[in-house]
Amino acid sequence: MLRPSIDLTATRPGYSMQTILSIAIDAFAYGMALFIICIGLSLTMGLMRVVNLAHGAFAMIAGYIASYAARDLGLAYAVAIFLAIIGTVIISIPLERLLYRRIYGSPQLTQVLMTIGITFCIIGITNYFFGPTLKTIPLPGSLSQPVDVGFKTIAAHRLFVMACGVIVAIGLWYLIERTDFGIKLRATVDNAAMADALGVRTQVVYAISFAIAIGLAALGGVVGAEFLPIEPYYALRYMVTFLVVVSVGGAGSIPGAVVACLLLGAVDTTGRYLMPEFGNFFFYAAVIAIVCVFPRGFLGRAQ
Amino acid sequence: MQVIAPTERLAAVPSLGKRWLRDAIGVILIIATGLAGYWLLPDNLALLTRVIAIALLVLSIDLITGYCGVATLGQAALFGAGAYAAGIACVNGVTEPLTLIAIGAVAGAAAGLLMGSVMLRAHGLAQLVLSIAIVQLFHEAANKASAYTGGSDGLAGLMVSPLFGVFEFDLWGQTAYLFGLTLLVVVITALKFVVSSPFGMLCRGIKEDPIRIRAMGAFVFPVLLKMFVISGAVAGMGGALAAISTQVVGLDSVSFELSANALVMLVLGGLGTLYGAIVGTVIFMGFEHIVSAINPFHWMTMVGALLIAVVLAAPGGLSGVFEAISGAGKDARGGRA
Amino acid sequence: MSELFRVEGLNKSFGGLAVSRNISLSMRAGERLALIGPNGAGKTTFVNLVAGQIKPGAGRVVLDGEDITGLGSVRRVRKGLVRTFQVTRLFSEMTPEEHVTLTVLQREGNARRIMSRFTGNPNVADEVEGILSTLGLLDVARRTVGELAYGQQRLLEIGIALALRPKVLLLDEPAAGVPSSDTPRIEQALERLPPSLAVLMIEHDMDLVFRFARRVVVLAAGEIIFEGLPSQVAANEKVREAYLGNYAHARSVA
Repeated sequence: MLRPSIDLTATRPGYSMQTILSIAIDAFAYGMALFIICIGLSLTMGLMRVVNLAHGAFAMIAGYIASYAARDLGLAYAVAIFLAIIGTVIISIPLERLLYRRIYGSPQLTQVLMTIGITFCIIGITNYFFGPTLKTIPLPGSLSQPVDVGFKTIAAHRLFVMACGVIVAIGLWYLIERTDFGIKLRATVDNAAMADALGVRTQVVYAISFAIAIGLAALGGVVGAEFLPIEPYYALRYMVTFLVVVSVGGAGSIPGAVVACLLLGAVDTTGRYLMPEFGNFFFYAAVIAIVCVFPRGFLGRAQ
Repeated sequence: MQVIAPTERLAAVPSLGKRWLRDAIGVILIIATGLAGYWLLPDNLALLTRVIAIALLVLSIDLITGYCGVATLGQAALFGAGAYAAGIACVNGVTEPLTLIAIGAVAGAAAGLLMGSVMLRAHGLAQLVLSIAIVQLFHEAANKASAYTGGSDGLAGLMVSPLFGVFEFDLWGQTAYLFGLTLLVVVITALKFVVSSPFGMLCRGIKEDPIRIRAMGAFVFPVLLKMFVISGAVAGMGGALAAISTQVVGLDSVSFELSANALVMLVLGGLGTLYGAIVGTVIFMGFEHIVSAINPFHWMTMVGALLIAVVLAAPGGLSGVFEAISGAGKDARGGRA
Repeated sequence: MSELFRVEGLNKSFGGLAVSRNISLSMRAGERLALIGPNGAGKTTFVNLVAGQIKPGAGRVVLDGEDITGLGSVRRVRKGLVRTFQVTRLFSEMTPEEHVTLTVLQREGNARRIMSRFTGNPNVADEVEGILSTLGLLDVARRTVGELAYGQQRLLEIGIALALRPKVLLLDEPAAGVPSSDTPRIEQALERLPPSLAVLMIEHDMDLVFRFARRVVVLAAGEIIFEGLPSQVAANEKVREAYLGNYAHARSVA
């Protein structure tokens, strides 16, 4: 899942400041990639109260589009990202209209089943078109360089991901708190029937929010491909991680999602560096502990 | 509405007799189908035995999800607990098949107790996430504790001694299959007993409205936990059966994928009926056997499409469709039973 | 008669909003008390506080001499403090007979048993029949709740409460949502409640209040503004003001 950016066997025994910094940077970058992917899921769950287990599948689709665009078509990285986002959102529109709308008010199990079904279909279809192998998204030269920030050399790509995460967080906050659309969104979350009665076109709000959520997943899927490699089982493999972030961070809360992503990113990265022989054991143990202590999430709406 | 004089009495329950009959017919059908499988498909008995083992897992999910309303994607943890417990016991010299099943049941029940204690602390999405995290945790544990579990290779070559000292578990799998079929019939009879007990009624109430149950003076948590233990025992027995009949135990018996597939089988057959669990398993695994050999990813797409179709068109699964048809028949004849 | 049930200084605030202010009242066994008040007065919150569904900021609840303030709602039910819900909470796939049977079994501590049968116990069946017949639900005893008229469902709510053999019964708007043609049945059920039972009824239907209650308590903006006989309620200044606002002092239009 994560490729450590330093070779531990080459350093002397004991953990130096360099190691800790490397872990921290990787964790932060990984956390930011997770955040970009998951904040959309948090939105979908908080607003439309849909448990969308297929969210990761959309991130995966974007990764495939970007990989195809950058590798097979030779397009620039930025163009590949753009195409991936647009392409994924376009694919999601008929799914939203035909399938997701039917389960907006449904019980949780129904939503789980429907979205697992969508996930399975996407995995099967993806494999049919692209085969089971891992797809990489070649980075442009500018992002493959190490960047010297004074006390440390960091891969430029890590910085890029962190920057993206921060921009997404600020951009979303601005959208929700300061724009017209944000007001309508918040009104619909609080009381959809009332918002409807006041003239807010709630169906449009839902559709746009869903598109934003998927678009963010797409962005996250592409920029996060270094951490979460693109292959057909991506959608299932990381489903738990995405769900954990949202349930720990609390659905619909941006700060909550940030905290949860950074925390889980730290747990996962640290586990991989310091105890690779235990694999994911401690990650899942930590997940269980966190969810047990915070069953309603850190900062989200009470369910 | 008129006043009814207090001297009128309720007639003795006539529906009780009918329910016994329906249950008996159900059990007979299972036996008949099982024996038909034995005679018609003598070369596929290993597959059929696996179907029975998985059916036990799906039954265990029906208890938790169909009767108690707790959605779970981690039940394979209990199945795997039973499988590995039986496997480890067998490797260490315990080879009597009934004992192995009992060990599987106990291991599954213990795992169920643990799982329930953790899962019931949360609700909604968090609860579902816990179920997934638990099965993944068990998976990792089984992977890493390779001294006991054989790690990613699993346990192989489990030698099970003959049943009652007479019936050998051979390559043809006849003993294993009939053993499994008997186990299934015994379990489903016992479960029918459980769900029609006061405990079963309480579970149904909890599924629909836990607040009302509390207002009746009943605590919810102990009841659900009890069901987790029973469910765990059933799943554990399924795991032990799988270990005995295939003579291997692998990591796939404690995977998230197995949990998800089992849930799909249950949804296909219909929740909350016990028979739906068996019907769903048979149909799903039958199709899987045929289609998956062609291309596993096509199979995945089909399952996905099937799930979507069931959610949109037949939320009660095949049982729901059956009920709708027979309900329509009853109404035509006039009056409910 | 000695006091069966007492509430002292019950206080509850949600955020900055004080929903219950220093509410105190007491009831004797067999009393019939009606709690009325304009919308938003905090009547249902009061019932939730007494039943244990929410925790008070301050105050005590005493039942039969025992301080039950620290007990959760389930334990309060087991001590004999039972409530019904304003919006029916029943199991749509179960029949009234099954509802009451389950309640009786639960009361006797047998609801969790696997080894016994749900039906077929003659003592339980007799009691269930008695309760259903008192409420006039015998002819629909074997239909699922989903098939019952709403008035019958409200009666079943009362039936479940009775099956718990309560000492104190809190009825949250028993006639709410029931068509007026069916209200006499509710009234009849209320008349047949055991005489030793202390009953507190929240209601808006004033006819029901006057026919049922011996004492009326009026709640407005979270505090008690009147306590006395039903006949005195309408004339009381504070009550008129609470319900009618500025119009309380208006002269009648000829």
